[in-house]
Amino acid sequence: MRIENASRRDFFKASAGLTLALYLPSALAAKRPAAVAPPLAPNAFVRIGTDDRVTVIAKHLEMGQGTYTGLSTLVAEELDAAWSQIHVEAAPADASRYNNLFFGPTQATGGSTSMANSFLQMRQAGATARAMLVSAAAELWQVKPATITIRQGIVMHAPSGRQARFGELVEAAAKLPVPTDIKLKEPKDFVFIGKHVPRKDSQAKINGSAIYTQDIHLPGMLTAVVAHPPRFGAKVKSFDATRAKAIKGVVDVIQIPTGVAVLGTNFWSAKKGRDALEVSWDETDAFRLSTSDITQQYKALLDQPGVTAKKVGAGETALKAATQQLTADYSLPYLAHATMEPMNCVIRLSDTHCEVWNGEQAQSTDQPKLAAALGLQPEQVTINMLYAGGSFGRRSNTQSDYPLEAAYIAKAIRKAGQPAVVKLVWTREDDMRAGYYRPKFMHRITAGLDTEGKLVAWQQRIVGQSILVGTALEGFIKDGIDMTSVEGAANLPYATANLDVELHTPVLGVPVLWWRSVGSTHAAFAIESFVDELAHAVKQDPITFRRQLLKEHPRHLGVIDLAMRASGWDKPLAPGKADEKRGRGFAVHESFNSYVANVAEVTVKPDGSFKIDRVVCAVDCGIAVNPDVVRAQMEGGIGFGLSAALHSEITLNEGRVEQSNFGDYPALRINEMPHIEVHIVPSAAPPTGVGEPGTPVVAPAVANALFSATGQRLRQLPFKLNAVEKSM
Amino acid sequence: MLKLNINGQNRSLDVEPDTPLLWALRDELQLTGTKYGCGIAACGACTVLLNGAPARACVTPVSAVVGQRITTIEGLATTKTESKTAKAVQAAWEKLDVVQCGYCQSGQIMSAVALLATNPKPTDADIDAAMAGNICRCATYHRIRAAIHDASRTLT
Repeated sequence: MRIENASRRDFFKASAGLTLALYLPSALAAKRPAAVAPPLAPNAFVRIGTDDRVTVIAKHLEMGQGTYTGLSTLVAEELDAAWSQIHVEAAPADASRYNNLFFGPTQATGGSTSMANSFLQMRQAGATARAMLVSAAAELWQVKPATITIRQGIVMHAPSGRQARFGELVEAAAKLPVPTDIKLKEPKDFVFIGKHVPRKDSQAKINGSAIYTQDIHLPGMLTAVVAHPPRFGAKVKSFDATRAKAIKGVVDVIQIPTGVAVLGTNFWSAKKGRDALEVSWDETDAFRLSTSDITQQYKALLDQPGVTAKKVGAGETALKAATQQLTADYSLPYLAHATMEPMNCVIRLSDTHCEVWNGEQAQSTDQPKLAAALGLQPEQVTINMLYAGGSFGRRSNTQSDYPLEAAYIAKAIRKAGQPAVVKLVWTREDDMRAGYYRPKFMHRITAGLDTEGKLVAWQQRIVGQSILVGTALEGFIKDGIDMTSVEGAANLPYATANLDVELHTPVLGVPVLWWRSVGSTHAAFAIESFVDELAHAVKQDPITFRRQLLKEHPRHLGVIDLAMRASGWDKPLAPGKADEKRGRGFAVHESFNSYVANVAEVTVKPDGSFKIDRVVCAVDCGIAVNPDVVRAQMEGGIGFGLSAALHSEITLNEGRVEQSNFGDYPALRINEMPHIEVHIVPSAAPPTGVGEPGTPVVAPAVANALFSATGQRLRQLPFKLNAVEKSM
Repeated sequence: MLKLNINGQNRSLDVEPDTPLLWALRDELQLTGTKYGCGIAACGACTVLLNGAPARACVTPVSAVVGQRITTIEGLATTKTESKTAKAVQAAWEKLDVVQCGYCQSGQIMSAVALLATNPKPTDADIDAAMAGNICRCATYHRIRAAIHDASRTLT
């Protein structure tokens, strides 16, 4: 989830407020049984046991982005723990302690903020525990605290040779007051930050023991598979459960607000029951447009003035005076998130309590929504945040769609006096057709260039649904502008005296949602493709052209120069085989305060098919806390962006989603994965996110490379629709 | 009652014969390391080994695997036949920190073990061919390739 692009100022503002959150008494500590020696739990994020085990309580969802490793790194750094003694535990839903410091009082993971908002908070948490261990040792050994050091989890007093493990000091340390004047390490003293540490979740995910929501198995649990309406906005008219109930293992068939749920003793019976179910749908209010209708509407809107998102100077006048004027339209489809783990949710509901198991990305959204649906107070809803098999934005839904569906089912089947335990499982087809897509977008950009090839005017008109309209976050729409629709464009980094950005926000019945890197997914494709068109129009090298327009943007220049050097841009690209054409393309984009540049190299065969051979990526994300995780996120972000560039498209036929599974919604496979090199710009700036910024840059880099190879400009994603022409 | 040989153990199952092996493993035996991703053999998350060869458990009815040697991610490192390759693969996966969300990785590892069992020194093209049935939405492919090469070096 992204509410606003947190600026550097926000970063410091947020960090100044962290003392409050950090020193609230830990409910976890209070709940420990009295029989065991109390652990050292000086704050909500760190607990040290007498067994030396350091538990890091992670407030952010681990969905692949590496946050369990990142948060642990921060604690380990200031605690001087051994990496092997650090274990991660998921935080409960409790925004009073586990709010995202960039989202105010909201507990949620998203907007590539996990590391950025936790950077000082988790270091403080570790440093506090360290200070208490040091004080305890100093008292025990009757020495000055300043003479005590800690290395790799061993507390030492060098002059006397005394040493102790954390566990030996825990009892004494726990009795000490929690200090408030904690000094953090200087970057020169970092032993973990910026170095390599193994991921905390590797082992469990390699041996099959990692537990996802799909793996939860509880006594008395039923599995629910739901028949959803074939069109958005349709409702159940009637249903006949006779055939479904005849399936062995089917226990119940119930109508819920979102469809008809079939409950079985296991998935297979519930699925067979669902498939045998006969439902008649009331489609009076159903959404019935086809993709071609929407495209036509959007094209018409491109010709109409929109709501002003940004206006600097006098674009029309400047355009008239320009030596050269260029216009191009770009088109991007609806996209499904298609996480490897389709949506699912486990709920155990009693009279007074609802316990949830979920790849929980938005506690502050889901907890009150579930409570309201169940007639409970928010604190009566507890949430177990499990590993998520991917999210890419899907699990942070302001509508709490699938957790609510699980709650409806639990509520409907619950009998007085006994808890209802239900696992809602969406099949891949359910997941792909239930909505919440990256909105379809179209962009038109017009630019004027003067005799020297300078950019005198930039006009951009954007058409696409808002992901905030009709949600709890609608208030973030200011003067008709959803900033997530125009990000990347309204803050165009390229220097021009005249900038106009306009937005059309059509309201359609297709549910839409953020999708890894949100507005930048479409803005970067349009802008970085168009800048390349401009460079070619003035016969300049695409990087040289960009550099002169980005003089005021040192961090853009930093990644540009690094990508240029690392890719060997100054040398000609090695030729392919005699009948092949090769090309190289460049793109750069800032999102979530991280800067990413890609050089993509492609080979085009005589039949028009092409291969992306290599992508060189440069990233500036401030301090790279875990360089290997940063590299992994760039690699994965590029691969995710390539899926969208080459394959992904959700289309509608009279309102029905045409795709259903990986057969008709293909994802990038290993044979299409280019060789990727990631280079990180050294930085002392506060860390920014890496989960999303790797995604938006690769599609325009590849489009630009294909143009360089063939002279053909691809302005529509995915590329398959307008593959490179065969006549070479 | 169906009798299946899973990870070297004989297990009796009271399930409908058309139940896919995937759901028998997951719902009846709580062997949840084998994942559901697509149900149509298009993503490879449910890959298990049948007599050492990779198979998609989501489209394999339990009735079809009676009498066969079934290996899942849970038994991979301990069963006699695959353990050496498996250990090398899992060690390489850990060394290179291949995983991200991890949901597809059991399937990836099963396919990689099957590949190295028949082709101890695969080229990039061999790897691409053998692993193209396993989707990873986190796109950890770059590291999967590197990890298979790394495991290959350990084994040969």
